[in-house]
Amino acid sequence: MTMPAHALAAPSAPATVRAVPTEAEIEAKAHARLKARRALVLGLRIGILFTMLAIWEVGARIGFIDPFFFASPSGIAEQIWVWVTEGTSQGPLWVQILVTLEETAIGFFIGVVGGVVCGIVLGRNKLLADVFSIYIKIANSIPRVVLGSIFIISLGLGMPSKVALAVVMVFFVVFANAFQGVREADRAMIANAQILGASPLQITTSVIIPSALSWILASLHVSFGFALVGAVVGEFLGAKQGVGLLIATAQGAFNANGVFAAMIILAVLALAIEFVITLVENRLVKWRPVPFHEQN
Amino acid sequence: MSLQAVAGVRPPVAPGSLSSRAIELDNVTRRFLTPDGKSMTALRDFTMTVGCGEFACVVGPTGCGKSTTLNLVTGLAKPSAGEVRVMGAPVSGIHKDVGFVFQADALFPWRSVLDNVAAGPLYRGIAKAQAYEKARDWIARVGLARFEKHYPHQLSGGMRKRVALAQTFINEPKILLMDEPFSALDVQTRTNMQDELLELWSGSGASVVFVTHDLEEAVALADKVYVLTAGPATVKSVYHIDLPRPRVMQEIRYDAAFVEQCRTIWDDLREEVQIGQQRTLDTGH
Repeated sequence: MTMPAHALAAPSAPATVRAVPTEAEIEAKAHARLKARRALVLGLRIGILFTMLAIWEVGARIGFIDPFFFASPSGIAEQIWVWVTEGTSQGPLWVQILVTLEETAIGFFIGVVGGVVCGIVLGRNKLLADVFSIYIKIANSIPRVVLGSIFIISLGLGMPSKVALAVVMVFFVVFANAFQGVREADRAMIANAQILGASPLQITTSVIIPSALSWILASLHVSFGFALVGAVVGEFLGAKQGVGLLIATAQGAFNANGVFAAMIILAVLALAIEFVITLVENRLVKWRPVPFHEQN
Repeated sequence: MSLQAVAGVRPPVAPGSLSSRAIELDNVTRRFLTPDGKSMTALRDFTMTVGCGEFACVVGPTGCGKSTTLNLVTGLAKPSAGEVRVMGAPVSGIHKDVGFVFQADALFPWRSVLDNVAAGPLYRGIAKAQAYEKARDWIARVGLARFEKHYPHQLSGGMRKRVALAQTFINEPKILLMDEPFSALDVQTRTNMQDELLELWSGSGASVVFVTHDLEEAVALADKVYVLTAGPATVKSVYHIDLPRPRVMQEIRYDAAFVEQCRTIWDDLREEVQIGQQRTLDTGH
């Protein structure tokens, strides 16, 4: 990445020496080897996927796996196709996806902002941290999914109850990471900023937050998954729309294909958002050294 | 070339009048509480005076409390007894004329070289354009003009130290505190950085307190060397180094007078190092 240009510009070997390969040849060879390896990994991945799907499908067809309970790949594909082309019993599929995504996104956003703000405030203030740490520990030990029932009772079947569940799922993860990130901020770096003339506010914005950012960003990957779980479980417990309700309906009708189909939709959603978060992260922390495995 | 050893804790007389004293530590004692609640004395009855434009080095055994002296001058630590004065006034909070170069890497890794060097002026409310112009100037002075846009992790250890020097000097400190700044560098880089420092310093007129455990570094750089006792630290003796300036680090180490001074001070320091080591072995920490 940062290699000076002259290190790469290889002096070509004299033409008379035939046995010694030139730098260009060595590089080409290494490049080809790398390419071959990448192809091998990709091939193996695809191979494993198809083998597993084939075993599942064949097993379901010959009766080794009961498709009534465990569905079958063709049945799941058919179910998704029906949902896409004819819509679900609750309306078009994309509406369900949008509703779930909206709940997830709003819950995620509120949870992240709340978690980051509380993490920084408590991380910077020893007294507040000492006083509140016990309550946060208690709140964190409550299985938060159970709160879903309370939210449905108090906030109703609409979107707010799902958002609230997503928020509590996200908040603690982000809070814990932001708090830790603030605590880990380098002492020498803070002292340096102080002596260079930074005010306490400037220290928070220009030293504490950037150094906690890696911690916070790392928590976003996990916490987005949690937000999705919060939204789906909320829908599952009682809703009028959403992917979670699709699952609940399919379960009520003993439609295993439907449950798996909804699962796959959720997985695709989660992967897509994960990709976006990684993009954002790479933009925000472009100052970080490139991890070794990415250099290859 | 004369060598005067001032035995005991008698405060050395700074050249010039009272007003030319940049830093004064007057009978300072510094105690702090260890994590298990015990009181520990890092400095005891410590007296030191650094005149304006003077380069003072503090040497002593490992862990004796050398760095504490610097923290007292910055105001980041308060004396338990005695008084610390900067520019004639008692220290209260961080003085704007103080610059500090740390042993560890204290650059901001998420900022480019340019943004790192411009940090001081920006913190102090100087206009952006002006701050960056000044930063470019200082980056050029430490020879990193082509690396303005690089991030610290893309630089070598020596280059990062240059950035740290530029970051400190851009604030034009009248008092420069250095806590073993070059101890993590390899020998060749260290020699270069010492030359670099002397050059930057000679144009600045700043008073320097340079803490090191490397006696030769101290003698080569300083006007005055304070030898501390094994902890709790107090001044064992003060030596005035009269080697002519400008000094060139590569050459000074073969200078007969330099070698002679190092030997004299080492005889003095060795005892304390042995006491310090013995104590570490005895107490186990």
